[in-house]
Amino acid sequence: MDSDLVQFGAITVVLLIALFYGGTFFVSTRIAKKRENADGYMTAGNKIGFGISAASMTATWIWASSMYASATSGYTYGISGPIHYGLWGALMILFIYPFGKRIRQVAPRAHTLAEVMFVRHGRSSQLMLAGSNVVGSVISLMSNFIAGGALVALLSPFTFLQGVFAVAGGVLLYTLWSGFRASVLTDFMQVMAMLGAVAIIVPAIFFAADFPTAFTTGAGNLTDQQANFFSSEAFLHQGAPYIAAVLAYAIGNQTIAQRLFAVRQDLIKKTFVTATVGYGAMVIGVGMLGVLALYLGLEPLGGDMNNLMPQMAATYLPMILLVLFFIMVIGALSSTADSDLSALSSIMMADIYGQNIAGKEKADPRVMLLVGRVTMVLATAVAVALASFQMNILDLLVFVGALWGALVFPVIASFYWDKVTNRAFTTAVLAAVAIFIPVRFSWVPMTGATGLIVDVLAVIGIGVVLGLMAFGFFGWKVARVVAVVAIVASAPFAIGFLHDYATLSASLVAYAVSTIVCAGMSWRSKARFDFSVIKDRVGEYDPEDDDRQLTMPVTGEAVADEAMATEPVAPHNPHGASTRRPDDDQNPQPAPAGAR
Amino acid sequence: MSTWMLTGYVLMWPALVAVVMAVIARGFIREWLEARREGRDVI
Repeated sequence: MDSDLVQFGAITVVLLIALFYGGTFFVSTRIAKKRENADGYMTAGNKIGFGISAASMTATWIWASSMYASATSGYTYGISGPIHYGLWGALMILFIYPFGKRIRQVAPRAHTLAEVMFVRHGRSSQLMLAGSNVVGSVISLMSNFIAGGALVALLSPFTFLQGVFAVAGGVLLYTLWSGFRASVLTDFMQVMAMLGAVAIIVPAIFFAADFPTAFTTGAGNLTDQQANFFSSEAFLHQGAPYIAAVLAYAIGNQTIAQRLFAVRQDLIKKTFVTATVGYGAMVIGVGMLGVLALYLGLEPLGGDMNNLMPQMAATYLPMILLVLFFIMVIGALSSTADSDLSALSSIMMADIYGQNIAGKEKADPRVMLLVGRVTMVLATAVAVALASFQMNILDLLVFVGALWGALVFPVIASFYWDKVTNRAFTTAVLAAVAIFIPVRFSWVPMTGATGLIVDVLAVIGIGVVLGLMAFGFFGWKVARVVAVVAIVASAPFAIGFLHDYATLSASLVAYAVSTIVCAGMSWRSKARFDFSVIKDRVGEYDPEDDDRQLTMPVTGEAVADEAMATEPVAPHNPHGASTRRPDDDQNPQPAPAGAR
Repeated sequence: MSTWMLTGYVLMWPALVAVVMAVIARGFIREWLEARREGRDVI
């Protein structure tokens, strides 16, 4: 440990952690009910207001790693580095809100995206989404526990492991009883602490480190690319791969979907726009600490870039502001960790128990709550174990990212295009992942025809990403124009060299392959899906204390609708025409005993 | 970029953060007061 760094004493850090988690636990007890409602435990009854939902969306999107990574990006790529991390991440929140509105329109009372996919397609599509989220959320939990352990080890006499256990225990303590309701309410407190801390800490370090004078004295520490706001290096290494990655994350991740299903339907746009600005300003703001460190010529402790941000804080902040910094990081990692626990519990409650074990009509809300709580405890134990062993999970992370990238087009298309079949969905995702892996890990030499094919697919991937973004806001016609223009404009520059950037080209190839396969197979399909059936088949499990139960189908109708899930004819087809799905042979809609 | 532009570039983000914080806090307080008036939980 560098002797120049300010450190907390043992009592101070214990008090801070006890105050933080004790406070959040106290707040969660204020909303706790003796008998929690299963739907409330998953989505708070689909009626959260603007303040809490905007805070929660912002807090969930910001995890400890995003702050560390943004500062690292600023230190590595110079003045444009934080923009290429934070701006694209923020814009993705904005770009998915039109899709979010459509998803809520189709499935107003869903709990998970995978649950909707079960009704739209069948079990394989559901389990792909649910499975990727289970792995992704456990990894995210572990990553946040590691960040907590590292922070405690750096700023206090306690060890990394003690830090991991303290953070894991604290998060579980306040999330376990009330689930998602506790998660979003405490997110509000945590985001206030995080935003307040950034608003104070960044200017405080700026002036304490003798800026703006240091911009002149430290200019020699920057390369030409680092000093250039339009650095191509920053865009190709940081920005572009990140655009492709976060679009996949935003669409595939249950923590985001859960908030989408929880917010009041008329507040979706307002919530997403506020979260966009909040996330962008906060993450870019923290990333500026990396830029300042670069100007100062600061070397990260032990060569570990994750030490950069705490090191800047411990070097330049007085004790009181260092306390604020500590709360900021603990708040960021806790808000994401509790979201992961809530996401995992919802998936196990709705997708595994609700739809695949008990069946929607037979699911017992009390058993569902038990499943949710046991899931939280087990997930915490697994994440703590993984964090303790500091296992290398990079390959697993890459694989989950690939799966989410491959899912983007099939998932979005499934909400708009009635011809998409389960077979097209599943084949597209598997094909995209199968091609992504060898490209990402350079298993095949990217020379000659192979390199050319990868480049061509990657260019199509550029068209897909930009086309999807345009589609959400402007519709199909504009999306087609944007996609074609993007492909034609990027081809001359990208073909011949894009395969040298394995991370970027592999992500783009996953988008391209899943789109080509899914669209190609669906185009020929004669299937027509009636989207109106989704809202009847995906609804509350525990409506007894919810006045909206009056709008739900009566039991007989619900059972009939459930039975329809096994039938090829859409129940709401006014013309009674056959809408047999050609994927029904692949999509047997297995009926749990007694459910149908 | 000039020194003053760099200063503005670095310090604009915490200022924006403060604005967002105020917007979210205002939204929450309104909802909390409304829930209190109606005698229900805010969530």
